[in-house]
Amino acid sequence: MLADIIEVLIKGIVLVLILMGAAAYMTFAERVIMARMQLRLGPNRVGPLGLLQPIADGIKLLTKESFQPAGVDIFTYWLAPCISLFTALFAFVLIPIGGTVELWGRPIRLQIANVDSGIVFLLAFSSLAVYGVVLSGWASNNRYSLLGGLRGTAQLISYEIPMGLSLLTIALAAGTLNLEKIVDAQKASWFVWSNPVSFIIYVITAFAETNRAPFDLPEAEQELTAGYHTEYGGMKFAMFFIAEYVNILAVSAIATTLFLGGWHGPGNIPVVWFLLKIALFVFFFIWVRATLARFRYDQLMSFGWKVLTPIATLNLILTAYFILV
Amino acid sequence: MKTIKQVFAYLKGLWIVLKYSFKRPITIRYPEEKRILPQRSRGRHYLTKWEDGAERCVGCELCAIVCPSQAIYVKPAENTPEEMHSHGERYAADFQINMLRCIFCGYCEEACPTGAIVLGNDFNLVSDNRQSLIYTKDMLTEKTPGDSGRDPKREI
Repeated sequence: MLADIIEVLIKGIVLVLILMGAAAYMTFAERVIMARMQLRLGPNRVGPLGLLQPIADGIKLLTKESFQPAGVDIFTYWLAPCISLFTALFAFVLIPIGGTVELWGRPIRLQIANVDSGIVFLLAFSSLAVYGVVLSGWASNNRYSLLGGLRGTAQLISYEIPMGLSLLTIALAAGTLNLEKIVDAQKASWFVWSNPVSFIIYVITAFAETNRAPFDLPEAEQELTAGYHTEYGGMKFAMFFIAEYVNILAVSAIATTLFLGGWHGPGNIPVVWFLLKIALFVFFFIWVRATLARFRYDQLMSFGWKVLTPIATLNLILTAYFILV
Repeated sequence: MKTIKQVFAYLKGLWIVLKYSFKRPITIRYPEEKRILPQRSRGRHYLTKWEDGAERCVGCELCAIVCPSQAIYVKPAENTPEEMHSHGERYAADFQINMLRCIFCGYCEEACPTGAIVLGNDFNLVSDNRQSLIYTKDMLTEKTPGDSGRDPKREI
């Protein structure tokens, strides 16, 4: 029993450290890749090839003044970044990173919690992420932040539905809500081949879920001066920032788990396959950000409700029909 | 049909961006690599000399008058037969250009009747204090004729 608790704790700490490091280096990767796409050089000053840039940024953010504007709702103001970061990190508790490995004579499953209703938990916590956005927007006592928070709420609510519907088709196809069993069900053929429409809908909604371009309306720099985190600085801002990048990793990991066969792939290198598939998604996120312009707000809403939701519903009905008949 | 076209346009845009990521960046690592500027690009000023070492500037103050940002200060003085600084009647006893005010428009170079003031290619004018960015006559005057890159034999 005690050994189990220690195992879970160690796995959790390692996972959090890896995710923080990955989030830091994703900012670096994003800056370099976007720079190359825009014919620039990108950060290359700090350390060899600029590889120490995220560390320099981290030190800068840590040593900044911990500033709190006048008139904020103090408790909510400090709570909001924690909610964002917590919900972003939580998704990884459920995701199977690999199979079972043997370490020091002890079988260790590369997954922190094998929950039977994994998909439901994932959906629940990705919906909770909006609380970080809306509470920070409201607590900041700033109209821009409030608008950003409201946009975030409306956007996440409307994109949660097609996302849930597209994930339901996977639950139907696999016949289970358990993420590990879903991964095992894709040993022969990935679900992206049998449910391509769900995959496309999921990827589009994933952009909206993570507030990334072209759906980065809650944090629009140009219109809202960075939206919900305008009034945050230093490490509080960094927490939002890390949460955003961990969120990208989370939706990439979910897409990998549900559509791209998780850690399955040729050769006996499960974790490497998993990381490669995530890296592919992360690159796609950066690539899209470098290409597409932000949607207008009404376009965003009408796209979500008039295009994605009907298609996702139809897709779900068709999938259910083919599975039942 | 229109929707398909729009989706196709998005994919095309993605493809173009991906293609550009394999091109050579057009920016450079500045202090290590330096771009060779066009010969007529306008940088810091020089006060040129004639071939015989006399100053070209005759202290007419036309550059100070034409200067849109009033960056130039000229204090003219009369040449005496014993001490001829320039070929004219007057010369610039003091000549200062405030590089913080200068907008590098080149009007002074155009206005100068003797071709005394010219703009060189050096754009790397940095300092951590204001005082040192007011260039005095010593700093502006070329040490030997032709230092600025301008032919000392040229009339104007």
